[in-house]
Amino acid sequence: MTEEFKPKIVGFLCNWCCYAGADMAGTSRMKYPSNIRIIRVMCSSRINTEMIIKAFQTGADAVFIGGCHFGDCHYVDGNYRTKKRIDVLKRLLSHMGIEQERLRLEWVSAAEGEKFSKTMAEFTDTITSLGPSPLREIKEEAI
Amino acid sequence: MKVGVYICHCGVNIANMVDIPKVVEAISGQTNVAVCKEYQYMCSDPGQNMIRKDIEDMGLDRVVVAACSPRMHEPTFRATVADAGMNPYCFEMANIREQCSWVHEDKEEATQKAIDLVKSSVARASLLEPLQSTEIPVTHSALVIGGGIAGIQAALDIANSGFKTYLVEKEPSIGGRMAQFDKTFPTLDCAACILTPKMVDVARHPNIDLLTYSEVEHIDGSIGNFHVQIKKKPRYVDPDLCTGCGLCAEACRLKGRISSEFDMGIGKRGAIYVPFPQAVPLLYTIDPENCLLLKHGKCGKSPKCEDICDPGAIRFDQEEEHIDIDVGAIVVATGYNEFSPVVKEEYGYGKFKNVMTGLELERIFSPSGPTGGNPIINGTEPKNIVFISCVGSRDKRIGNPYCSRVCCMYIAKQAHLLKEKIPDANITVMYTDMRAFGKGYEEFYERVQKEGIRYRRGNAAEVYEEDDLLFVRAEDTLLGEPYELPADLVVLGTGLVPSPDADSIGQMLHLSRSADKFFLEAHPKLRPVDTVIDGVFLAGAAQGPKDIPDSVAQASGAASHVVNLLVKEKIHAEPIIAEINEDACVGCKTCIVLCPYEAPLYDDEKKVVTINRAVCKGCGSCAAACPSGSIKMNHFKNEQIVAQILEVI
Ligand SMILES: Cc1cc2nc3c(=O)[nH]c(=O)nc-3n(C[C@H](O)[C@H](O)[C@H](O)COP(=O)(O)OP(=O)(O)OC[C@H]3O[C@@H](n4cnc5c(N)ncnc54)[C@H](O)[C@@H]3O)c2cc1C
Ligand code: SF4
Ligand code: SF4
Repeated sequence: MTEEFKPKIVGFLCNWCCYAGADMAGTSRMKYPSNIRIIRVMCSSRINTEMIIKAFQTGADAVFIGGCHFGDCHYVDGNYRTKKRIDVLKRLLSHMGIEQERLRLEWVSAAEGEKFSKTMAEFTDTITSLGPSPLREIKEEAI
Repeated sequence: MKVGVYICHCGVNIANMVDIPKVVEAISGQTNVAVCKEYQYMCSDPGQNMIRKDIEDMGLDRVVVAACSPRMHEPTFRATVADAGMNPYCFEMANIREQCSWVHEDKEEATQKAIDLVKSSVARASLLEPLQSTEIPVTHSALVIGGGIAGIQAALDIANSGFKTYLVEKEPSIGGRMAQFDKTFPTLDCAACILTPKMVDVARHPNIDLLTYSEVEHIDGSIGNFHVQIKKKPRYVDPDLCTGCGLCAEACRLKGRISSEFDMGIGKRGAIYVPFPQAVPLLYTIDPENCLLLKHGKCGKSPKCEDICDPGAIRFDQEEEHIDIDVGAIVVATGYNEFSPVVKEEYGYGKFKNVMTGLELERIFSPSGPTGGNPIINGTEPKNIVFISCVGSRDKRIGNPYCSRVCCMYIAKQAHLLKEKIPDANITVMYTDMRAFGKGYEEFYERVQKEGIRYRRGNAAEVYEEDDLLFVRAEDTLLGEPYELPADLVVLGTGLVPSPDADSIGQMLHLSRSADKFFLEAHPKLRPVDTVIDGVFLAGAAQGPKDIPDSVAQASGAASHVVNLLVKEKIHAEPIIAEINEDACVGCKTCIVLCPYEAPLYDDEKKVVTINRAVCKGCGSCAAACPSGSIKMNHFKNEQIVAQILEVI
């Protein structure tokens, strides 16, 4: 592989906070790397284990989940469920040989455009230095 | 399946960073794509007409617009496609402006990202299902919880618009905190003079059903149709017979022996009482915790209140009543409590009798209060008075980092009133920062300073006693030096905390709370009176510390939102909600535990769960957790999300 490694990142963002925060980054023209592909959901707690595993199996190098800060959830406490689910899933990923850093959960409010863009830059850096997901390599070898 | 895809230039906003012809080329010919066009401004009339025309001419049944954020224009385009006869829920947006062209700097990368995002939207659109919103009839009445100035204003506004309004107040009288004040800042108008007429209006209003000494026990249902159970506590007095003459209170064997809640424990009352002379309704109430007959079954030879009451209004056999009402909307106006300074041990509240709180001092000023309005504290007129601001506010250590907004001003008011009554008193205000933000407030603060009240910046460290004299130790942060002042009265500028009932009311209505524990509005700027629960609105200090003008303004705002809802015959219920496949549900109740709104209901007979359509808010939490995969989250179904994942990687 001589080509420069450009990680593929899938982002699941809740409509009320993180997605709005990403919009805010846009309105404020805060630049960040273009690797992330965002999928909008109403609440971060909508995302289940299968979806995240599916993303990795399909070849994602990383998955980002963005929700509201604790206490700010549009649905009272959906983000607590997300936190629980992601914590469990991280351990599962380790067992599968996927570094935990490839799954990142952040709380970003609708006002935190800057936090969103900084997080994206930082996350992309982390994943770039980690290299392609081990799952992706297995998949590519199989082809 | 025919998907129409429209790529917007947004002038140069998108076109400068995304190679639009390249996106069109990549999308045309994708599975299901019947047409892919580009245009300068899709949201303009010609842009929208283009979509409408294509739907009509080509029979499109799915439409994707790649443009700005769906948070901006999804409602616009949903209406456009619905206009042309397409189901609005078969519309999908790709955000290639806020989340692409505006944040990236490499045109090739941005173009590739835009292509991926549009492909993902096409895949999702192909799997979207037409949804129908259901129509729900609206019950044309409202419930207001809390009869302080905010609740009073909201109830009057709603009732004046012609709708039946139930006002529930847990205390024997309406009026809230404002009824406890003598004068109000900054105009110093007499609180009773402006409040009492409103209280009387409430009692007399043909559209208001006033339920005092009552509590909300249970609420279910949702916007347009709430079912509420209210507990009416027994007053042991027949409301139809009591004339409010007060002979009973005079006669009560316990007269002057029980500490009065309304007087903040400074004044005394009997077991049968009205909280204050202008109470509305003017009905006497027997306090069952103290009444000799109710507590011990015996009051001398015979109860004196009963003996003296000519109309025969005393009813020791009165029982608690439960009232069921149906309303279309609810206003929460449960107000605040004073911060309890007991936890700030350094100020000696509860230990030194001449240390008191702001609300306690309010009662000293009141002509109908425990001292008849004379500035007498524990028997003497104070000469050296120290106010300490921000007690329980802006204090991270005790978990209240917020500003209570009214204390700076009520301290100024109280200092002024004391100076007026005791001209030779030395009055010092130890303040953190002065916050005189309202109309006429800065002017009032200046006036008070000119009256000879000393303001010293820097908060008090400690109140201690030596030889029966109190001293306050503080640091003047402007001069940078510590100092001490003797005091025969220390007034704590106690902050505001939510009413203790916010817990139970919040749970019943599934309301969110902000970090300060006050009720959370739907949007901090643009929806300050709404909550995230449709049909439930906020007014007054229940939403956050507020002065009277702001409480009244918010109450009128909440009332207008209630009226906007109640004038409708029917409302549309959002179809983006969860559905359960009863055949697959194993009845494990996982969803019931997860749902923040009690939307999933267990059917005891069928041993499965069903979703209450009117209550579900569509977060999808349950669908993600259901172990048997029985829950379909409309518009965000597993396969719809997975289809997007497959396209973006
Ligand atoms: C010492 C002090 C002095 C002040 N002086 C001034 C002033 O001079 N000028 C000014 O503008 N502001 C002043 N304020 C602020 C003022 O008190 C508030 O702005 C105002 O009282 C807010 O009104 P409200 O109706 O929201 O709340 P409240 O006055 O607290 O009324 C809430 C009502 O709801 C009832 N309630 C609570 N829970 C329930 C329940 N579960 N069921 C039924 N009923 C319930 C309560 O019994 C109460 O009657 C002062 C505040 C303090 C602490
Ligand atoms: S979680 Fe699923 S299986 Fe369990 S009760 Fe709810 S719908 Fe039924
Ligand atoms: S989607 Fe959310 S609100 Fe609706 S039933 Fe499921 S958990 Fe409750």
